[in-house]
Amino acid sequence: MTPNFHLWLIPVLPLLGAAVNGLFGKRFSRTLVSIVGLSSSAAAFALGLWVATEFPSLASGLYRETFAPWLRAGDFRVDFGFYLDHLSLVMLLIVSGVGFLIHLYSVGYMWEEGGYYRFFSYLNLFLFFMLTLVLASNYLVMFIGWEGVGLASYLLIGFWFTRDIAASAGKKAFIVNRVGDFGFLIALFLLIKHFGSLDFVSLFASIRPLGPETQGSGLLTSIALLLMVGACGKSAQIPLYVWLPDAMEGPTPVSALIHAATMVTAGIYMIARSHVIFDRAPAAGMIVAILGTLTAFFAATIGITQTDIKKVLAYSTISQLGYMFLACGVAAYTAGIFHLMTHAFFKGLLFLAAGSVMHALGGEQDMRNMGGLRTKIPGTFWTMTAGTFAIAGIPPLAGFFSKDEILWQAYASPRGSWVYWLLGLITAFMTSFYMFRLWFLTFFGGYRGSLAEAHAQPAGLSPASHGHPQTAGSGSHGHGIHDSPKVMLVPMIILAVLSFVGGWVNHSFENFLAPVFRDSGSTLAAEAHPASGESPAEEGGGKESLLMVISVAAALSGLYLAWLLYCRRPELPNEIAQGMRGLYQTVLNKYYVDELYANLFVKPLVDGSTKLLWHGIDQNVIDAGVDASADAARHVSDTMRHMQSGNVRSYAGWVAFGAAGVIAYMIWIGVR
Amino acid sequence: MVPLSCYLVLSGILFACGVTGFLIKRNIITIFMSIELMLNGVNLSFVAFAAQWKALSGQVFVFFVMVVAAAEAAVGLAIIIAVFRTRKTLNVDYVNLLKL
Repeated sequence: MTPNFHLWLIPVLPLLGAAVNGLFGKRFSRTLVSIVGLSSSAAAFALGLWVATEFPSLASGLYRETFAPWLRAGDFRVDFGFYLDHLSLVMLLIVSGVGFLIHLYSVGYMWEEGGYYRFFSYLNLFLFFMLTLVLASNYLVMFIGWEGVGLASYLLIGFWFTRDIAASAGKKAFIVNRVGDFGFLIALFLLIKHFGSLDFVSLFASIRPLGPETQGSGLLTSIALLLMVGACGKSAQIPLYVWLPDAMEGPTPVSALIHAATMVTAGIYMIARSHVIFDRAPAAGMIVAILGTLTAFFAATIGITQTDIKKVLAYSTISQLGYMFLACGVAAYTAGIFHLMTHAFFKGLLFLAAGSVMHALGGEQDMRNMGGLRTKIPGTFWTMTAGTFAIAGIPPLAGFFSKDEILWQAYASPRGSWVYWLLGLITAFMTSFYMFRLWFLTFFGGYRGSLAEAHAQPAGLSPASHGHPQTAGSGSHGHGIHDSPKVMLVPMIILAVLSFVGGWVNHSFENFLAPVFRDSGSTLAAEAHPASGESPAEEGGGKESLLMVISVAAALSGLYLAWLLYCRRPELPNEIAQGMRGLYQTVLNKYYVDELYANLFVKPLVDGSTKLLWHGIDQNVIDAGVDASADAARHVSDTMRHMQSGNVRSYAGWVAFGAAGVIAYMIWIGVR
Repeated sequence: MVPLSCYLVLSGILFACGVTGFLIKRNIITIFMSIELMLNGVNLSFVAFAAQWKALSGQVFVFFVMVVAAAEAAVGLAIIIAVFRTRKTLNVDYVNLLKL
C-alpha cells in the first residue's frame, strides 16, 4: 500500500504564511510576523523530513499525487500534480532546510528594517514557488514555480525599492530571465507537439525508446537546447548571467537564499530532471558543458578583481553554477546535484557570513575598508572560514568532494574531455585564490575602515546582549564593531557544520540518486564507445587519485598565492594591477559585457522605442490623429454654430427649409 | 360641384400665406396666427380629400388638428403673455437670449 504523503501541504504552508503576513502583517508586531514566517517554513521542512523518512519504504522509488485536471484539449491533458523521486526529495530537503535556516537568520538581519512583514511574506512566497518547482509532476506545473520564483526574486531584489539602483536591478533580473523563459516555453511547445504530453513519467517513457541523436541534430537536440536557454537564464550562465551580480542589491539573506542556494540552481535541477532528453542529444550536452566551463572560468576571473564582498560571492556563485552546468553537460548529473547541495550549504553560509560582516560594519561592503576583523567578530570569522575552505576545495570539507567529482567526471565521462578538466582546474585555482583573498582582506591585517574602534566591544562576550541589530545594507551604526546576535549565528553555525561534513556522503549520495539516472549511463555508453566496452570507472582508479591530488594542489596554491599577495606583501596586488593595466581594467569592468549588451540590445530598443514608437508612431500618428479629429470637430462646429443664432425668425427659416427638403425628397421618391 | 383641385389650390394658397407670414413677421402674435393659418390650410385639404374619397378618417383627423391647435393656442398665448411681461416687447428680434 502506498502511503499518502500529502505533498501539497509542503508548498501550501509557506503560501499560507505569505498570505497571512502579506495581508495582515502590517498590523502584526515583529514577533508575530517572525512566528508566522518561521513556523510556516519550519513546518514545510518538518514535513519534508517526514516524507524523507517514509520515502525509502516505497518499493517503486517514486510517488505521485494528482489533484485536479488543469488543461484538457483533445488527447492532451495537464494535471495539477506533484511527483516525488530521489532527485526531488534531495531538492525538497535542500530548499526547505536551507530556506528555513535563512528565514531564521533574516529575523536578526532584518529586525530593524522597514517593511519587515513584507520581507517575510515575499520570502515565504518564494519558498512556495520553489517547492512547487521541485515537486512538480509535469513541465507546466514546474513552469508555474519557475515563473513564481522569478517573481519572488524580482520582489526581493527590489525590496529597497526607493533606491533606484535596486529597483532597476530587479527589473534587469526579471527581463533577462524572461529571455530564458522564452526558450523554455518553446521547448514545452515542441514537447507538446511531438510527444503530446508534459507529464514527466509518460513523456520520458515515450522518449526512452528513441536512440541518441549522434548524426547531426534533430528534434531532441533542439528541445534540449531550448531547455538549456531557459536554464541559462535562471542559473545565470553565459550569455544570460548579467542579472545575478546586480541582484546583490537585495538584502543579504535574499542573496543567500535565492541567488546562491536555491533559485539559481533551478536550471541545474531542470536539466537533471530532463536528463532523458539531454542523454539523447549529445550536441546539446556538449554545448551545455562548454557554456558551463566558460562561465565557470570567466566568472572566476571577474571574481578576482571585485572589491565588493557580495560581488565576489556573486561571481563565485556564477562560477560554481558553471561547474554544475559542466557536470550536467557531461551527463554526470549526480555530481552536478551533489555540488548543488554542497554549494547550497557553503555559499548560503558565505553570504550569511558576508551579511554578518556588513552588519558588524554598519553596511560596509567594500573589502578595502575591512581587515583585521578576525578577533572582533570571531563567530562570523570561524563560520566564514569553514565556508571558504569548503568552496576552495580543501579536503575534507564538502566542496572538495563535489568539485573533485565534477572535475573527474569532466575528464573521464564519455562526453568529457581534458579541456574541460583543465579549465575547471584553473577555475578551481582561481576560486581558491579569490575566496582566500576575500578571507584575508576581511579578517586579517589591520582594520582599514573608518568606523570608530574605540567603541568596539570585546567581541563574543555578549553577542546577544545587543538585542537589536543595526540596520544592515543601509543606515548608520552606533555600537562599533560587534558580532551578530545568536539568531543570526546559529543558522551560520549549522550551515558551517553542513559545509564541513556535507561532502562525506559522497558515495551513498551517488547510490541514492542512482535510480533516477539509471538509464543515463547505458545510453551514453551506446553513444560513445560501442566497441571498447570498458566503463571509465574501471580504468581510472589511479588516475582519479592523481587528478584529485592535482586539484588539491591547485586549491592550496590558490591559498598560498592569496596569502602572499594580501597578507604577506599587501603592496604587490596594486603593482601587478599597474603592470597589467589593460587586462586588469578589462576584467575589473567585467569584460564590458554590460556595456556590450547595453549597446547591442538595450540601446537599439530604447532608441527604437523613443524615436520610432514614441516620437514616430505615438506622437505623429496616434496623438496626431486624435488631435486632428478634435480639430476637425471644432472647425465644423465653429461653422455650424452660426445656424444657432438665437434669432427666432432664422430658426423659422431653417424649419421651413428643412420641411421643404423633406417634401422635395418625398416628391422625388414619389415620381421615381 | 366644386372640383377637388380648387380646394387644394386654396389650401396651398392658405398654407403659403401662413409660411410667408411665419417667416417675415416680427410680432409673435402675428407669427402665431400664421401658424394657425398653415394648420387650417392643411385641414382644408384633409376635408377635401375626405369628401372626395368618402372616407371618414380625414374628417376625424381635422378634429385632432383642431384640438392640438386649441391646446397650442392656450399654451402659446400664455407664453406670449409671460414674454411680454418680462421683455415689454413682442418683437421676436429682441427675444434672442439663446444667441451666442
